[in-house]
Amino acid sequence: MSETLILTARWGKKDSHALASYRADGGYQALEKALGMNPSAIVDEVKASNLRGRGGAGFACGLKWTFLPKDVRPRYLTVNADESEPGTCKDRYIIEHDPHMLLEGIAIACFANDIHLAYIYIRGEFAKQARMLEAAIEEAREAGILGPRLLGKVDFPLDVHVHRGAGAYICGEESALLESLEGKKGYPRLKPPFPAVVGLYGKPTIINNVETIANLPWIVAHGGAAFAGLGVGKSGGTRLFCVSGHVNRPGVYEKPVHYNMKKLIMEDCGGIVGGRQVKAVIPGGSSAPVLTGDEIDVSMEFDALKAAGTMAGSGGLIVMDESTCMVRALSRIAKFYAEESCGQCTPCREGTPWMEGLVEKIEHGHGVPGDVDKLADLADHIGGQTICALGDAAAMPVQSFVKKFRAEFERHVSERRCPFGETAWGKTQETREAYVGGIRY
Amino acid sequence: MGSWQDLPADSVAKFDHELAPVLKRYPEDRLASAMIPALRIGQEIFGHLTPPVMALAADRLGVSPARAEEVATFYVMFNTRPVGRHVVEICTNVSCCLTGGDRIFEELKRKLGVGNGGTTADKRITLREVECLGACSTAPAMLVDEEMEERLTLEKVEKIVGSLS
Repeated sequence: MSETLILTARWGKKDSHALASYRADGGYQALEKALGMNPSAIVDEVKASNLRGRGGAGFACGLKWTFLPKDVRPRYLTVNADESEPGTCKDRYIIEHDPHMLLEGIAIACFANDIHLAYIYIRGEFAKQARMLEAAIEEAREAGILGPRLLGKVDFPLDVHVHRGAGAYICGEESALLESLEGKKGYPRLKPPFPAVVGLYGKPTIINNVETIANLPWIVAHGGAAFAGLGVGKSGGTRLFCVSGHVNRPGVYEKPVHYNMKKLIMEDCGGIVGGRQVKAVIPGGSSAPVLTGDEIDVSMEFDALKAAGTMAGSGGLIVMDESTCMVRALSRIAKFYAEESCGQCTPCREGTPWMEGLVEKIEHGHGVPGDVDKLADLADHIGGQTICALGDAAAMPVQSFVKKFRAEFERHVSERRCPFGETAWGKTQETREAYVGGIRY
Repeated sequence: MGSWQDLPADSVAKFDHELAPVLKRYPEDRLASAMIPALRIGQEIFGHLTPPVMALAADRLGVSPARAEEVATFYVMFNTRPVGRHVVEICTNVSCCLTGGDRIFEELKRKLGVGNGGTTADKRITLREVECLGACSTAPAMLVDEEMEERLTLEKVEKIVGSLS
């Protein structure tokens, strides 16, 4: 059976980002089909597709939509293009190579849920991608696809706008994103109420990741059951896996949602540079608990990785070879969370710099007996103690690194130095050719 | 806080001209939503966000200057202090370091003679270490004046940085 490609099928074609090219390949026909359907039937198809959120949480997309209260208007759609989880680089390529697929998905989601105003919240660092989106929206507006009448046929006004952030990891968290979109600093909100009930401007709001929305045209065109059939169990479809680190061919690979991790790394990505062994893989963005090289023969489906003690998260795999120092790697991850803690909750605000300092101390050979336990204990007092999930996100790498590579941490303490010295980031630090949706970068 | 009336009138007019189309994206009673874009326009026109520039953004959006300052100081892409003519931001997060981002950053600091966040004496370049830029598969990555450069090598970075005037 040949591989079904939903998201990357058109990447690499000439002018794949342009409206004419998208239409030539059948673009916006799914929207046309959707406009002839009862909106509730579209929601049913999405439910049947087992499409789960591609931003990190893996929540069932169709179910999320049904949480909208029946009688409250207006409702809003916000598309999360904040893509800031270290190891994740997929949404940007959807925007670069096929922005109209995203816009068609937005139009379908809005029609299905009676929404007339949508915002795409894109991280500030994606200046080029924001410009490309704005150009695509303008194209669609001029062609009468968006605007007062969807596809120029149905009396359903829809406005889509790009809202560019200004550099804050926390704004990928859905309620912080809403605060930011309202013109404030990105402090996450207490939940409940969830955004589906009280969201943007206090109104019911759907927040979906770019990749999640980009799947909608295919689901409408081929039916929810066909999408579900590409996956397994409660997870349908394909997804974009972003592979970075010490592999021979880093890149973005579209594979069935339950694809085997070892196969992706050893076959698709050509294994590790220099034929070295895999030491560790962070499977779903830097927040996901780390797996050892012996644990990677697993399905990457959401529930399978949960059973393996980690999470599929955003689909960002960071691969480290045997020459990498795990304490150095954790030291950098801990620094990231300390830097990006928004400062609202005390355990995270105070705890993340404390963890950062402690890991750095151990990495530089200044750790004392008991420091490794103290580090694990600190993480245990941050996870679960904060308003948003970022407290857990900061704690999970620390907890898992210490648990799985404890001997390496202890060795730093007993030898009073980093045993890896100058090559703590691994012996291979050279840039390699990357393959993004089959395109060579 | 300084007063926005102290700013050059022609620059304020330019600010208003660029802000006008942005305001149309948001509901009429929710103009404060345009705070990030307004501050970005302000930064582009005035160089960095001084209290009068923040006050200008706040005034146009109908909120207190404190709201503008809160946003200006929360997001890392806003500068509340002067920066060089060019801002070079190197990612040193895990994926970039696994492919040499740390060595590039260290070497660049040495070559430019500045620390993290420092500006060269000739005000040509401000160098900063930044968090993940979303270019992990094509790492290492950096931003030069907010535009991304990927698949970096030290030679490539030196060439790009050397070409900045």
